[in-house]
Amino acid sequence: MSLDEFFVTGEPLIYAGMVAIVLVTSAIIFLLTYFKKWGWLWREWLTTVDHKKIGIMYILSALAMLFRGGADALMMRVQLAFPDLNFLNTQHYNEIFTTHGTVMIIFMAMPFLIGLMNIVVPLQIGARDFAFPYVNALSFWSFFFGALLFNISFVIGGSPDAGWTSYTPLAGAAMSPGPGQNFYLLGLQLSGIGTLATGINLMVTILKMRAPGMKLFQMPIFTWSTLVTSFIIIFAFPILTVALALMTIDRIFGSQFFTLTGEGLPMMWANLFWMWGHPEVYIVILPAFGIFSEVIATFAKKQLFGYKAMVWSMILIAALSFLVWVHHFFTMGAGAFVNSVFSVSTMLIAVPTGVKIFNWLGTLYKSKIQFTTPMLWALAFIPSFVIGGVTGVMLGMAAADYQFHNSYFLVAHFHYVLIAGTVFACFAGLEYWYPKMFNHKLNEKFGKLSFWLFVIGFHVTFFPQYFLGLDGMPRRIFDIGPEWFTLNFISTIGAFGMGLGFAVFVFNIYYSYRTSQRETTGDSWDGRTLEWATPTPVPHYNFATQPTIRGLDAFVEMKKHNESTFDESKLEPIHMPNNTGQPFIMMALLFMSSFALVFEWMTLAILFLVGVIVMMVVRSFDEDEGHHVEVEEIKTTERQLRGL
Amino acid sequence: MSNQVKKVPTQHIVGFVLSLVLTALAVWTALGSDLSTAWIITIIMLLAVIQAGIQLVMFMHIVEPESQNGHVPWNMIFHGFVTAAIVVVGSLFVMVYGF
Ligand code: HEM
Ligand SMILES: [Cu+2]
Repeated sequence: MSLDEFFVTGEPLIYAGMVAIVLVTSAIIFLLTYFKKWGWLWREWLTTVDHKKIGIMYILSALAMLFRGGADALMMRVQLAFPDLNFLNTQHYNEIFTTHGTVMIIFMAMPFLIGLMNIVVPLQIGARDFAFPYVNALSFWSFFFGALLFNISFVIGGSPDAGWTSYTPLAGAAMSPGPGQNFYLLGLQLSGIGTLATGINLMVTILKMRAPGMKLFQMPIFTWSTLVTSFIIIFAFPILTVALALMTIDRIFGSQFFTLTGEGLPMMWANLFWMWGHPEVYIVILPAFGIFSEVIATFAKKQLFGYKAMVWSMILIAALSFLVWVHHFFTMGAGAFVNSVFSVSTMLIAVPTGVKIFNWLGTLYKSKIQFTTPMLWALAFIPSFVIGGVTGVMLGMAAADYQFHNSYFLVAHFHYVLIAGTVFACFAGLEYWYPKMFNHKLNEKFGKLSFWLFVIGFHVTFFPQYFLGLDGMPRRIFDIGPEWFTLNFISTIGAFGMGLGFAVFVFNIYYSYRTSQRETTGDSWDGRTLEWATPTPVPHYNFATQPTIRGLDAFVEMKKHNESTFDESKLEPIHMPNNTGQPFIMMALLFMSSFALVFEWMTLAILFLVGVIVMMVVRSFDEDEGHHVEVEEIKTTERQLRGL
Repeated sequence: MSNQVKKVPTQHIVGFVLSLVLTALAVWTALGSDLSTAWIITIIMLLAVIQAGIQLVMFMHIVEPESQNGHVPWNMIFHGFVTAAIVVVGSLFVMVYGF
C-alpha cells in the first residue's frame, strides 16, 4: 500500500483538517512538555479510577465530538443552502452525513450522558465509587479509543459513506470496498465494549451500593432513569455487537450473511440494526428525561409531581422500546399485517411519554419558578419535544409513513427529539452539575445568551425541514432543486445560529473559570438530592460518613434535621481503589489491533491482540487490594472543605 | 484492613480454558469435519448450551450460596430469554411473513 492510498488526498478541506490536527497535536505536546505536565496527565487522569474524573473526561471528549459533528453539520448546511452549489462533491457529502450521524449518536450523545451519570449517580445514592472502578476506567478508554479510531478515518484511509445506519448491500464489501466501512464497524465495536460494561457497572452500583435505608422507590429520578437505561443497554447492545461482528466477518473474511450473493440476507442487517437502534434512541432520551426532572424539581422548588408514575412510565417505555423496531423500515415490504402490528406498538409508546409530559407540567403548576439557565433548557424542552413526539406518531402510522419515509420530514422529527431532548438535556445537566464538578457556576448572562441563540437557531433550522419533507425533499441528497431553495436557506441560517450558541457556551466555560465566584458550600442550588450534601470540590471518597435515608429527596430531609455527611463520631477508615494504568494500556493495544484490522493487516492485528490478552492475564492475577483513607486524613480534608 | 488469603482463581482459569476448547471444537465441527449439515447444527447448538452453562457457573456465580442472599438471578435470566425470543421470533415474523 502506497502512502497516497493510506492518507486521503485531493480534498482541500481535508488538507486543512490535517494541518489543524498537526497544529493542535503539536501545541498540546509542546504545552505539556513546557509546563512539565506529562507526569500530572498520567497520574491524575490517564490512570485514574475516580468516577468523577472519568466523568469529566467523558464530557470533555463528548464536547470535542459535538464540535466535530457540528462542523460536519455546518458543512452540509452550506452545501444545501443554494441549488447547484459545489462546496462538497457527492462522495464527500456522503462521507460527511455518515460521520455526522455516527459521531453525534455514538460518540457525543451517549458519552455525554454517561459522563453525567458517572459523576452524579454515585453521589446521588451515597456511594463512594462505582461497583467496579477498574472496569469503569476500562469503559472510558474503550469509548475514547473507539472514537479516535472512527475519527481518524477522514485523514487516514477515507471515511465510511454508507450512512450511520450502514444498510447492506451498500455497506458490504462488494459495493463499499476499502477501509472506510471497516472504520465504522471496528470503531463502534471498540466503543461498544465500554458501553456494555458501563451498563453493567451502573446497574450493579445502583442495585448494590445505595446508602443505608435508601429503597428503590426513594432513589432520585435521574438515578432511576440511569437504572432503566442500563437495563436497555445490557439487552440491546449485544444485538449490535453481533450484527457488527457479522458484517465485519462478511467484509474481511468473505462470509455471506448480508450479501446479495451466496444466499445472504441484506435486509437482515436493517432488522438487526433497528432491534438495537430503536432501544438506542431511548438510551439517549431516558437519561435526558431524568436530567429535566431533577432540574425542574429543583427550580420549581417542589417535590417531583407523580414520582411513581414517572418511574413506571420509564419502565414501560423501556419494555416497549424493544417492540417497535420495524417502524424504521415499514417500506421494506414486510406486508400489511406486520406493519400494522408495529404501527400499534409504536403509537403505544407515545402514551407513557405523554404521562411524563403531564408530570413535568404538574410539577411546574403553581410553583415559584426560578429561571436559571438549566431551567430555561428544561422549559424549552417541553414544547419542542412535544412537536418531535407528535410528528413521531405521524411517522408511526405505516400507511402515512410511505409518504414521509426518508424525506426531510423524518430528518426534522429525529432532530426535534434528539436535540430538544438529548442535547438540551446535556447542556442543562452540565450547567446544573457544573458547580459540583468545577467548584464554580457558569456565568448566567453568557449562559442565557447561548441558550437563546441555540434554541432559536434550532427551531429556525429544523422547523422548515418538516415542510421541505412534505414538499418531497428526500434525505441524504447533496444537491437541492430550486423549488426547495427558500426553506433550505432559512434552515442554513438557523444552523449558524446554533453554531454561534455553542461557541458562546464554550467561551462561557473559559469566562466563568476566570470570573465566577468559587462555591463556599456544596449546595449550589438549594438542592434536594444527596449529591448536594457533599462539600465542593468533592473529596475523592465522596462521603466521609454515609447518611441514613428516610425518604424521597434525601437532602431536603437532612437539611431539616440539620444532618451532614460528616459525622465525626462515626468516622472510619475508607477503603478506596488504587489508580492503575492497565485499562489505558489494554485499550490502546486493542485500538492498534483494530486499526490493523481496518486495513486487513492480519499479522499485525493478531500481534496486538496477543498484547491485549497478556494485559488481561496481568489483570487476572492482579492482587491490588486498594488502600485506606485514614480517619485523620478525612478529618483534616472535611474540616478544611467545610470551613469548620 | 482485611488481609485476605491470596488464592489463584482456579475456577476462572478452568472456565476460561474450557470455553476456549469448546469454541475451538465448534469451529472444527463447522469448518473441518465432514458431518452432514443437520449434525453440524445439532452439535454446535449443544456446544453453545454447554458454553452458556460454563459461563453461568464459572464466571457468573449462579450457584454460590456465600454470595449475598445467595439466590439465582432469575429476574435477569428471564429478561435475557425474553430478549432472545424477541430477536429470534421477531426476526422470523418480520422477515418470513408474506414472502
Ligand atoms: C413519541 C415517540 C416516538 C415515535 C412514535 C417515533 C416514531 C418514529 C418513526 C416511526 C420513525 C421512522 C420513520 C421513517 O423512517 O420513516 C422514527 C425515526 C427516528 N426516530 Fe423516532 N419516534 C419517537 C421518539 C423518538 C425519540 C425519543 C428519539 C430519540 C431521542 C427518536 C429518534 C429517531 C431517530 C434517530 C430516527 C431516524 C433514524 C434514521 O432513519 O436515521 N424518536 N421515529
Ligand atoms: Cu424507532
